[in-house]
Amino acid sequence: MANTAEFRTCPDTGLKFHKPAETLMKLNAVAGIVFLLVGGVIGLLVLLTRWPAVHLLQADMFYMLLTAHGIDVLIFWIIFFEIAVLYFVSSTLLSSRLAGPRWAWLGFILMVVGSVMTNVAVFQGKSSVMMTSYVPMAAEPHFYLGLILFAVGALIGCFVFLGTLVIARAERTYGDGSIPLVTFGGLVACIIAIFTIASGAIILIPTFLWKIGYINYIDPLMYRVIWWGMGHSSQQINVSAHIAVWYAIAGVVFGAKPLSEKVSRMAFLLYILFLQLASAHHLLSDPGLSSEWKIFNTSYAMYLAVLASMIHGLTVPGAIEAAQRKRGFNKGLFEWLRKAPWGNPSFSGMFLSLIIFGFLGGITGVMMGTEQLNMIIHNTLYVPGHFHATVVGGTTLAFMALTYWLVPVLFRRDVVLPGLAKWQPYLFGFGMIGFTLFMMGAGTLGVPRRHWDISFSGALFQHQYPEVAYLMLGLMAISGLLAITGGALFVLQIVASVLFGRRRGESKGPVALIAEPVAPGVHGIGIGGISVPGTLVLALVFLVSFILYYFVNWKYLSQVWGLA
Amino acid sequence: MSSLQPPVERIWWKEPIEGVELFWVAIALVWAIVMFVMMPYWHVYGKQNLSNEAYRTSPETFSNKVKAMVDQHTVRKETVREIPVVHPPEGSDVYLLARLWDWYPIIELEKDKTYRLHLSSMDWNHGFSLQPENINLQVVPGYEMVVKITPNKSGEFTIVCNEYCGIGHHAMTGKIYVK
Repeated sequence: MANTAEFRTCPDTGLKFHKPAETLMKLNAVAGIVFLLVGGVIGLLVLLTRWPAVHLLQADMFYMLLTAHGIDVLIFWIIFFEIAVLYFVSSTLLSSRLAGPRWAWLGFILMVVGSVMTNVAVFQGKSSVMMTSYVPMAAEPHFYLGLILFAVGALIGCFVFLGTLVIARAERTYGDGSIPLVTFGGLVACIIAIFTIASGAIILIPTFLWKIGYINYIDPLMYRVIWWGMGHSSQQINVSAHIAVWYAIAGVVFGAKPLSEKVSRMAFLLYILFLQLASAHHLLSDPGLSSEWKIFNTSYAMYLAVLASMIHGLTVPGAIEAAQRKRGFNKGLFEWLRKAPWGNPSFSGMFLSLIIFGFLGGITGVMMGTEQLNMIIHNTLYVPGHFHATVVGGTTLAFMALTYWLVPVLFRRDVVLPGLAKWQPYLFGFGMIGFTLFMMGAGTLGVPRRHWDISFSGALFQHQYPEVAYLMLGLMAISGLLAITGGALFVLQIVASVLFGRRRGESKGPVALIAEPVAPGVHGIGIGGISVPGTLVLALVFLVSFILYYFVNWKYLSQVWGLA
Repeated sequence: MSSLQPPVERIWWKEPIEGVELFWVAIALVWAIVMFVMMPYWHVYGKQNLSNEAYRTSPETFSNKVKAMVDQHTVRKETVREIPVVHPPEGSDVYLLARLWDWYPIIELEKDKTYRLHLSSMDWNHGFSLQPENINLQVVPGYEMVVKITPNKSGEFTIVCNEYCGIGHHAMTGKIYVK
């Protein structure tokens, strides 16, 4: 058994923190937020360049910073934070000691060394290859080496998480039953992460060897196929992790329990079974891959994962609705939602994350993941519009929401300026909604992604994008500035709280930080035998928007040149 | 017990499923199947599909084919760089070459006639983005993609590169005229 002196019980939540695990959670979360800050500042410069009215940077600087932006936020911020989440959902939620804290330290150090090394390579200026680094375009060797070291570190973190599950089970730290749903979501994220890192290793190690001269040729198409095994699956780690965070926040704020364990867990399982191959949807406009292969992978694989996300889209708000109704907010369709704590940034951030991820990120992802529709979207600004909705509006906002809760619980400090914290998720969320919508609008009009100058200065042939595309880009930039203000506010507030927030000490605070779990069962709530009618209405609104938008895109496609 | 704690029932997989959930899973599954069917349906009845025709090639082989076509079908030269404008016959093979940082040559087609367009890259990945139609295809070095195209509008179309290809990426444009 673990030494009890190594544990601390949080007086506010009753959660038991293993001290070595707690230190590692803090370090990983802080490292993540540092990269969020770096990547966010770079994002501002990228934004100000793609705003045609400003066009801030020169081309070489723009491409260098765009490479850094993608890597720092999409990989480093998110994976550092996810490692913290994995340690929390295993060690803390299961009241278990962390497996091999020294290994966890090694993993953390490798991740820090790798992330710094890749940043050095990018900022030296000869590795402006974008995050995707498609061969035969080559970066400096330490660009790849940094990513490889980071991946090895993250892999160690995954195995520490799995080891912790084994220890918790063997030592019966959480009873005899199954692990909690939130931990289950973390396990799914971890399994996908292992697949992802393996794909990354299979392609990045040979690319590194190619760059230093041990291999003479890497097939460019093979590179794309395997790279996306990492590139897309890594986004699925984010989805699993942030959905686990949604369930966690529903539990923390409302004491919500899943409508049924079986459905929620099955939906998580679908991610493992079907997501990896779905990365084929990045290759739908590539030569040399057959339509059968494309359709099989994009539909069989991806749509079953889409099904999983649609299920969570019902069960997460459904769990909240059931909990609220059981607490007495049982009137009408939406009393439960109206009376939700909209001033609590953990809740508002989580709920906005759910809406943005579903309506903006999810629906548009399916458009791109349709073989033929991909042709009117591929590599336009629509693509970053989509993934900013999933990864920034979805994952990042969910992680921000969780962080507001972790500051008092994990760091034992009060959040400074709580009045501002109330507004932060709205500023960031609504900024992101505008940003992604206008970006996708510009993409629909053909504006390319990763492009320094859409007025084509110095080009032999000119193309004039319609005025409305410029309007979209201007609105995109203004909304983006709002979101960046929200992001800056978050970083400032969290850093200030962790350093200077009032210490909470070892006694219970006046405001409860975790809700009492509601009683199981859904008897006596809802309308006419439907236990969560409000959620069902929301889900149907979602479905109708999805169907309409899907066929609008087919209509667009049917008007372009014939292709066969 | 909330989502943060182990399930109340040890044997949770035997608990009944909420009716709302079953209903939603069923309609979401039906929708997924509809979306699946749309793709093969469009292959049969739709007019915008990618062919499955592609070949491995090399920069030398492909540029020789481009040269042969240019020698045979050039009708005039344009721009200060004297880029040939080719006007290939209906149904013929049209070769378009992508390289750092241009599309070669200029192509002149006729409306409502079909051509076999071959695309390949001499160096890095490029993106064929036909504007303002907004048709976007990946151009991968070492691979030759063949697409049958039937322009349904006349006018002047620009090919923009929309796969990042280095410092001159933004200036990589080409032309297709449709008469």
